[in-house]
Formats: sequence, structure tokens, C-alpha cells
Amino acid sequence: MTDREAILARVREALTVTAPKPGNHGGGSHHDPVVSPGPGAARKWLPAVGDTFEEMVALFRANSAELKTDFHLLNNVDELTQTLTRLREAEGWRRIASHNGELARAACETLGLPVCGTDAGYDVNEMEKCDAGVTECDALIAQTGSVLVTSRSAGGRALSVLPPHHVVLACREQLLADLPAAFELIKSKYAPNYPSFISLITGPSRTGDIERILVLGAHGPKKLTVLCL
Amino acid sequence: MTITLFIPCFVDLMYPKVGISMVHILERLGHKVRCPEEIVCCGQPAFNAGYWDESRAVAGKVLDRLKDAEAVVIASGSCGAMLRVFYPDLFSGTVHSREAKMLAGKCHEFSDFLVNRLGVTDVGARFPARVTFHDGCHGLRELGNKKPARALLAKVRDLEFVEMKDAETCCGFGGTFAAKFPMISTAMGEVKCASAFATGAQYIVSNDSSCLMQVQGLLDRQKSSVKTIHLAEILAQS
Amino acid sequence: MNAAVRQFKEQSRQVSGDLRHRKLIQTALGKYEVKRDEKKAAFQNWQAARQAAAETKWEAINHLDQHLVDLVRRLEARGTIVHWASTGEKACEIILGIVRDRKARSIIKSKAMTAEEIHLNEALEHAGFEVVESDLGEYIVQLRKEAPYHIVFPAMHLTRGEISELFARELGSAPTDNPEELTMIARRALRQKYITADIGITGANFAIAETGMISITENEGNARLTAALPKVMITLLGIEKVLPRLEDLALFLPMLATAGAGQALTCYNSLYGGPRQPGEADGPEQYHVVLMDNRRTELLADAEQRDALHCIRCGACLNVCPIYRNVGGHTYGTTYSGPIGSVITPHLRGLQDWKHLSYASSLCGACTETCPVKIDLHHHLLQNRRNSARQKPSTAEKMAFKIAGVVMNHPWLYATVKKAVRVFQPLHKLVKGTRLDPAYSWTQTRDLPSAPPQSFKEWWKDRAT
Repeated sequence: MTDREAILARVREALTVTAPKPGNHGGGSHHDPVVSPGPGAARKWLPAVGDTFEEMVALFRANSAELKTDFHLLNNVDELTQTLTRLREAEGWRRIASHNGELARAACETLGLPVCGTDAGYDVNEMEKCDAGVTECDALIAQTGSVLVTSRSAGGRALSVLPPHHVVLACREQLLADLPAAFELIKSKYAPNYPSFISLITGPSRTGDIERILVLGAHGPKKLTVLCL
Repeated sequence: MTITLFIPCFVDLMYPKVGISMVHILERLGHKVRCPEEIVCCGQPAFNAGYWDESRAVAGKVLDRLKDAEAVVIASGSCGAMLRVFYPDLFSGTVHSREAKMLAGKCHEFSDFLVNRLGVTDVGARFPARVTFHDGCHGLRELGNKKPARALLAKVRDLEFVEMKDAETCCGFGGTFAAKFPMISTAMGEVKCASAFATGAQYIVSNDSSCLMQVQGLLDRQKSSVKTIHLAEILAQS
Repeated sequence: MNAAVRQFKEQSRQVSGDLRHRKLIQTALGKYEVKRDEKKAAFQNWQAARQAAAETKWEAINHLDQHLVDLVRRLEARGTIVHWASTGEKACEIILGIVRDRKARSIIKSKAMTAEEIHLNEALEHAGFEVVESDLGEYIVQLRKEAPYHIVFPAMHLTRGEISELFARELGSAPTDNPEELTMIARRALRQKYITADIGITGANFAIAETGMISITENEGNARLTAALPKVMITLLGIEKVLPRLEDLALFLPMLATAGAGQALTCYNSLYGGPRQPGEADGPEQYHVVLMDNRRTELLADAEQRDALHCIRCGACLNVCPIYRNVGGHTYGTTYSGPIGSVITPHLRGLQDWKHLSYASSLCGACTETCPVKIDLHHHLLQNRRNSARQKPSTAEKMAFKIAGVVMNHPWLYATVKKAVRVFQPLHKLVKGTRLDPAYSWTQTRDLPSAPPQSFKEWWKDRAT
């Protein structure tokens, strides 16, 4: 018998006896109604999000502030150019890493720096020396201040985590209300041919492993900038 | 109504004033109180130690003697949890299963009975002191009684109530746990005492004498001037 | 007394009296508590979310065979190599096989409790491979040659001073008491490791049956680098990690972050559905998933305690447990410490050897109250006690409870015992608090009240007459 057969046989044998349904004992409330999870059901229990675009932006902004994400809502391409140039100057960028894409290409042209492009494969040592990784994304999530990226939308797996500063380019239409919407989007956009990597990025890399004191930039980017057109 | 008062063994022997206070309060409210002599122990020590057969030998008698009671009031949150929550488990799959469930429905811890069954919060008590309240775990989590004791204390004249930080954290008693793992139990008790001291209260109140035995034991050893007192003893003062 | 009991008794006695440890843990967890409560309050209905999470896990675990088959089929469909391992030894063997096959020189690893459970690092190091833990806390305890202190906060028991000394000794860095500088020392030390590692090993938080994906939650980015740079990626996965649907993550990710770390969402929540796909810029050439049982099916077979497999390893029960907080994580001597560890270790490693953990509890229930998936933790401790007493009762205890039962069931006997207590009480004063005291375990640190002259029942009888 292979391990596969053995494990499945043990599982099936065990499951011939039914387990009691959850919530019959203790746990704070004694008469919890039985709730049936289903598509979008979590929306009723998760943190509330407003309905309008303005409310969603306000929430994304508030979450960003708490997470130490630098968020800018921009009104036009000129503002994008100004913001990127300001970042380049302030941080003394000398080279960046990026990928193919309309917004990404525009950003790279604006910056006018040497670019380590990931699309046709790249040298990881070269990417490691870049001052920033500039990527597009699939969505922004107001509820949590997250950025949804995939290996297809954001130039692979490493680009958004290896360089010390991750700059995300998004557009207004990409702002989603909540997590259920994010997972709906992943399904509708990619199923059944999903990218091999999907990630919700919520703030710059952090750790609290030393005395539970927050430190940014543990292994991933110290800085996360979200530029939304 | 006729109330059957269940005074658990250690309250009977060590803390008779708690039971006496309950009798006075219930009678003052116009109820008839009975205390069947042959009901002594709920069987929890054996149950918690894993000896369910031995526990049933004691609990079976309780079940039998209480089956005709109109309402049962238990002078301890922990023993209350035993009757209300654990008897149905203990007797599950036995001939007494139904009886255990029926009994569970009419059992109340004292403060829960006053507030939720009788609808009384003001029993006319007066207690001029600054007090804090410790939630006994069984009363709090098995029985879900957070509010009754506080509602009762709120109506006591001249009493100043201060909530302590981590009022819901265990005092470390835990039955035989206190003897099997005395140093862990003691550490937990010390943490509890420190929370209580921070309030500046003169009294630590609870509705479980077992918690109070643990806390008072530590206070006495530390020669502290802070005292413990059972809720019923405060409510009986006028 | 077996070695595990002796170790627990000795170490718990030592740590629970260590006021420095007590303060360190109280401070660390105090910060967590504030954030956790804040994030819980942000939920529209945390209690309903708990119930929904519990029901989802119930569904996952009670149809585990189907979900596992679906998961594996979908993983394989996109090129993942799936291995099944009945035991921890088998899982180690499989992983060693892959490592040897690739002629790997160095391995980078992100936090995995399953790997701790099977002592994977020891197995790899024994075979001559270098394994580097990349999570900061895990890296610290690895340098100290210690087990993680906590399933989420592995180095919570250490001060910055101790970490600084450790880094100075092991890495040659300049001493500092600045947590940020300490973090940057580790960042620099590990950067090259990611780049040069041939193999990346990760654990997993969830596995999605519907889409064939492995979900990994982290804050630091170390797991993402581990999954991005090495040519081979291996995920070691307990079979109980399955969730039925992708959308279940919309509930589980924020609940895990809230309960586990007091965050609305952890920094990176990533899904891995295979090796690098055509057209993708990077990612491993090979992706191996090792599906491990290692006696989880024993727990599955116990329907009464099956919900312990719902555990999402958030560590919330450890954080609220007054036992854990006073004895610390290492005292347990187990991979999984705290209430969940006390519940499942007897199933994973033998009831008679590990039952003491179920007795080392005041049964306060704070764990059950906080558990985001509503595992009936403290009642399972009671059930473990019952099972162990049934299987192998202590003659002395059984006799004691039998005698006590006879006393309790005969009022005249009970009344006599009460009188005897009062008679012998004055004598107790002579030995109180000494080794001769039969109540020494109590009186060593606490006073014992004395029984007043009249018991309640005596008063009641007097009153009636």
C-alpha cells in the first residue's frame, strides 16, 4: 500500500464516525446561531467598508497611514511624474527594477534610470542592487489597505519583495471594497489558469520578533509606496 | 417559591457564613429555603481528575435528591457549572441522561439566580468599602455570568466598585491543580493579587469561595491588609 | 515518573517563580492584547465570524478525504510534485531525497511548525546540509540552538540585550540595544543566503482544495523570498490544513492575523499554485508539496476531539493561557505548547507520556473563549484526563475518590469527618508549612483557613430545632 492509499484509508475509516457540530460548548456565547458560510458571506462579519468610492479611498488612506504605507491618490499623469521624480531625488535612486506594462513603462520612462526588467528573466544579483521595484497590481483593497499582486500582474515573485522600496502603480478602477471582492476578482480574472503566485501585500515588510517592538523592513521592502491614478 | 439551596462541602465546612448569608437574603426576599442534609458534594473533584465512574457515584445521589426541586441555587460558580454544564456530559449515554438535562435547566449560581431568575438587583445591602471583583472561571465561562454580580454590587449602598485589570484571569486555584502544580498555581495567584492591589481596593469580592481561599491564602502569607469576601456576605450586610 | 513529567515539573517550578520572565512575557503579550482587542472590535461581528470559521473547518475536516484528493489533483495539474508521508520519518526521508537529488549545498527555510514537529533541520544537518532559518525569531532561536518558545513569536522570551550578545558572538556584529539595528543585522546576514540557496523549504497555513493552492502567511517577507529565489521549493503540509474554497480565505486570513498577532491582516498573504509557469518571470523550477499525516489521523479518529484539527496555529490560546504565561513555552517540552499543545500532544505522542499536560491546567477556559475556530480546548483536557484514568487509573487516586464518595453519600459519616477535621486542626499548626505537613503543597506558599466551630449544616440543623 502506498502512503497515499494508507493515509486516505485512515481518513475514511476515521470519518465513519461523525463529529459533533462546532459551537456546542463554551467559547463565550452559549447560543450562537448556526451561520452558513457561503460566497461573500464573510462580508457581514468583517470590518465595515463604505459604499462610495470616496469612503473606500478614505479607508484605504487610513489603513495605509496605520500600516506606514505611503499612499498617493493622483489626479493625472503629471502628478505621477512629479511624485516619482520626487521619490527618485529624495532617495537617490540609481537603478530600478520593473516589468512590462503600460503604467510601469510610463513610470520607467519618467524616471529615466537603468532598469532591471524581469519579463525575459533577470539576474537576481542585479535586482538585489536596485533601489526600488516598480510594479503594477491587480487591485487595492480598502478594507485592509492591501495591494493584490500576482506573478503575472507584478513582474514575477521577487520584484515586489527583493528591492528595499516597492512602488505600486494602480488606477482608481482597481480599488476594491473588501477581501471577498479580492478573491472574487482572482477567480473571475484568472480561473482556471491561475498565476503560480498570488499575494496580498499589506504594508511594508515588518517584524515584532524582538520584544514585540515593530521594526519595518525585516526581509522585504522597508518602504511601500502606492500611487493611484 | 421554594428554593433548594445547595451548599457544597467546602463551603459548608470552611465558609458557613456564605451559606448563612444566602439563606438570609433569600428569606428576606420572601422565599422558602430548603437545604437537604444528604446533598454534600457535586462530584467535581473526581470528575476533574478523570474518574467519571467515581464522580457519578456521588453525582447520582445529587441528581436523585434534586429531581423534584422547583429551583436549585448553588453557592459556588464552580459547582454550579458542574450541575448545569458537566452533569449532562457525565451522564450522557446513561439512563440518567434526561434527568441530568432536566436538572441542568433549573440550576443557578446564586448571583445569576437573584438577577436573572428573580429579577432582583437591590437587596438593601450597605457596605462602606472600596471593592474589586474577581470572576471565577467556571461561573464566567461555563455559565456565562459576567453581569449579575456587578449589577448586585452596583446597588450596594456606600460601596465603591473598582474594576481590576484582567478581572477574568484565573486566580490559579483549579481544584487539585493547586496541589498538583503548587508553584504554577501560586504564580497565577500572585498575578491576580497584583491586579487587585493596583485598584487600591480593600476587598476582593467573588462568588466562588474556592477562588477566595486561594487569594486569601496568598494575602495572609504576604501579610497583606487586603481581604477577600464572598458576594453573598456583602449582600447580607445592612 | 517519566522524563517528560519530570522535566515539566522541574522547569515549571523554576520558571513560574522567575519574576524577570513573568515581567518580560506580560509586557510582550500586553502589547499584543491591546492590538488584538482593537482589531477584533473592528469586525462587525467577531462571534459570528468565529462560528462561521468553525463551521468551515468542520466541513473541511469532516470531508477531508475528498478535499485532499481535489487539492492534490489540482496541484499536480499545474506541475507540482506531491508526496504523501504517513509519518514524520517518511516526510524527512522524502525531503532528504529531493535535497540529495538536487545535490543541494544550502537550504533556506521559512517558519514551519510541521518541520519542528518532525525535527527536519536535525535530519538535514545530520546528512550534511546547511539549513538556515529565515524568520527573524526562528533565526535567533536557531543561533541559540533552541526550540521556538512560541508558535508565532519564537523568540518572545529574549530581551534585546540577549539578542545583541548572541549576534555579537555568532555574527560578529557590534553590540546594540536598538531592535531596528538588530533586525538589520539579521537582514544583512540572510540576504545572501536567499540568493545562494539551492532549495527553499516552507510550511503552510492553509491549502485550498478548490484551486490547488498553498497559502502562506507572514510579516517579514522571508517566506516570499524563500519561494521566489531558489530553484526548488518544498512545502511541508499537515493534512489538516485544507480549506474547501478560495473565498474561505477572506475570512480566515484576517481572523488568523487578528487572533494571532493583533493585526487586521499580516503583511504578506501569498498563494502558491505550482512551480514557475510558462511566461512567468521567476519562481522555482520544481515545486514539491509533502502532505504529512504523522498521527493526525489518530486525532481524526477521535470524533469527540476531532475539532482540535481545526487549529490554525494562531497561538491565541497560548497568549491568554495563565499556565503558558507563567511556565513559558519551553517548559512543555513539546513542539506545540500551550492549551492546543496540551490537547493534541497526547494524541500525537502518546497519552500516558503526555497526560500530565492535561492535568497542568486550572481548566479556566480562557483558551476556548478566545479560539477563533472555537476548539473546545479546555473540555478536551478533561476528556484526556478521563481517557487516561480509564486506560490506566492510579490505584491511590481511584481509592481516594471511592472513599470520598462513600463519605459524601453518608451524611453521618460526613458529619463525623467534619468533626475530626476540627479536632485535628490545632495539631496542623505544629507542622504547617513544613515538609511534615500533609498539606505542604498548599501551605508552602499559602495559608490555609481554619474551619469555624460550626459548619453551615450544623447551623441549619440548630436553627430548625
